Amino acid sequence: MKILVCIAQVPDTTTKIAFGDNNTTFNTAGVTFIINPYDEWYALVRALELKESGVATAVNLVTVGKADAEPVIRKALAIGGDEAVRIDTDSNDPYVVAAQIAEYAKSEGYDLVLCGKESIDYNNGSVGAILAEMLDMNYIGFASSLNIEGGIATVKREIEGGEETDACALPLVVSCQKGMAEARIPNMRGIMAARTKPLKVVAGADIKPLSEIVSYEMPPAKTGVKMISADNMDELVNLLHSDAKVI
Amino acid sequence: MSVIVLAEHSQGTFKKKTFESVQYAADIAKAMGTTATAVALGTIADSELQLLGAYGATKVLHVADAKLDTLNARAYAKALATAAEKEGAKVIIALHDVTGKAVAPRLSARLKAGMVAGAVSLPDLGKGFAIKKAVFSGKAFAFVNITSDVKVVTLMPNTFPVKQGEGSTTIEQLSVTFEDKDFGVTVKEVSKVTGAVPLSEAELVVSGGRGMKGPENWGPLEDLAGSLGAALACSRPVADAHWRPHHEHVGQTGGTIRPNLYIAVGISGAIQHLAGVNASKTIVVINKDPEAPFFKAADYGVIGDAAEILPKLTEAVKKFKAAHN
Ligand SMILES: Cc1cc2nc3c(=O)[nH]c(=O)nc-3n(C[C@H](O)[C@H](O)[C@H](O)COP(=O)(O)OP(=O)(O)OC[C@H]3O[C@@H](n4cnc5c(N)ncnc54)[C@H](O)[C@@H]3O)c2cc1C
Repeated sequence: MKILVCIAQVPDTTTKIAFGDNNTTFNTAGVTFIINPYDEWYALVRALELKESGVATAVNLVTVGKADAEPVIRKALAIGGDEAVRIDTDSNDPYVVAAQIAEYAKSEGYDLVLCGKESIDYNNGSVGAILAEMLDMNYIGFASSLNIEGGIATVKREIEGGEETDACALPLVVSCQKGMAEARIPNMRGIMAARTKPLKVVAGADIKPLSEIVSYEMPPAKTGVKMISADNMDELVNLLHSDAKVI
Repeated sequence: MSVIVLAEHSQGTFKKKTFESVQYAADIAKAMGTTATAVALGTIADSELQLLGAYGATKVLHVADAKLDTLNARAYAKALATAAEKEGAKVIIALHDVTGKAVAPRLSARLKAGMVAGAVSLPDLGKGFAIKKAVFSGKAFAFVNITSDVKVVTLMPNTFPVKQGEGSTTIEQLSVTFEDKDFGVTVKEVSKVTGAVPLSEAELVVSGGRGMKGPENWGPLEDLAGSLGAALACSRPVADAHWRPHHEHVGQTGGTIRPNLYIAVGISGAIQHLAGVNASKTIVVINKDPEAPFFKAADYGVIGDAAEILPKLTEAVKKFKAAHN
């Protein structure tokens, strides 16, 4: 059984976001990039566990990004995985990203495709489901556990106010979130091994975006906090009622 | 040419967020000079479907196949695509929740329709079809213009106030030809947290952090939540230490919520925590450290020991409720 893990490069969670060119571009100057946490902590690690327990035979990684995405994909390889493919193009339209991955993956015979529940830059959470449609696979989103036996996946996924356990035959696309696995820190051996693991670069297919970001805006600054004395909780409650109108 | 909206229901009952999505579709339809058609999937009574008229759906297409009572993204996308084709729809709306996020992208790929995930505004038709959405985990907003002919939008729940109107609706049955593979996912077990308000839908949320010191101290927090009718949430270290169940964890790597009121108790306000809660309309921070970063993101702040403040706040809420009922 072959697993493909989709890896996105995103700004570090503590990044201060700034925009340039009259608020039309994301300013990457000084930004540290990391592996999207959901891809790294949950999708990748669960894939590795499935290989370690003998369920999967191969774990390959794919990323859509220019050469500047290589450190991140190498770091992912240091955590684990047999080989990686970088599709040499970039887009913030989820349709394009998914179509690029589908273009590469369609002839590779993957049984399971794992991605994170969303990337923390554009927060679309769309790539997995689009990919499933393009690869004609089933899709289960927001999974917190995944087991495979006899070609059938048993997946726990989030539903409104609880959890549901689903069963589905492979091939399947699953988007992963908390609960799926415990994050791993790459060790020295992994980092050394990653240097020589195959990282194939393929050209992006010619795919037209269906959406474009026209501009960015910062949220309105909070007007300042109103401090209330710990001895005056009646005042707080009254303000929540008459000022904030939330109770 | 109508605007299509997936009218999500939970075992035959609509929730507020569905009315919000129908109203949103109707508002878009009006701006485009057309009408909104709701699509309901699975078992649901006509009397319930009728309710959608008051939120602006002039027509409801009902695919009454009981196999649609559980989510199969493939079947749902096919049903919506069939409805869109029948109506000649150029715009399809769903909610940005677990169901919408599984179905809408799939539909967008099927129809080669560009998509905005998590819309928080109506489309600006003067600029094409530009919609505002949160990016960088709530640190900023982007205006995304859909350039394709057909457009798919998922609406972030709790974005617009919901107003019940007078309209009525006509119900039509829609038949969709499914294949076995459309129902590839089968549900084995459902476990719901009973009694409590689901966090993702809660309008009021009370949340505890490491400053609560231990799981044994959650009683006063639960009392406050109880007095308000609020859901409980927590910071990541609290869930990691198993003081509280994982589904209560909010933030960058947990749930993203946007309640009307978020009360944070003993939470420092790390950037990753804020990412999950900063879209809350009003934030109250209770923290013993006057320098806690969370105060910068708060509307109201109280400095002091949670153990002392919580019972007083609960008392004040009860007094208020008693006076206003
Ligand atoms: C990649 C990444 C992702 C992350 N994702 C998340 C996430 O999704 N959600 C999340 O929450 N965190 C996340 N974190 C962790 C985050 O950085 C913080 O460490 C975490 O939010 C801190 O939790 P806390 O505020 O409960 O604890 P602390 O930071 O320890 O703060 C405790 C607060 O309680 C106050 N306090 C102490 N005693 C009392 C008292 N008696 N009464 C009142 N106040 C008191 C203290 O003054 C302090 O401000 C993430 C970190 C990383 C690196």
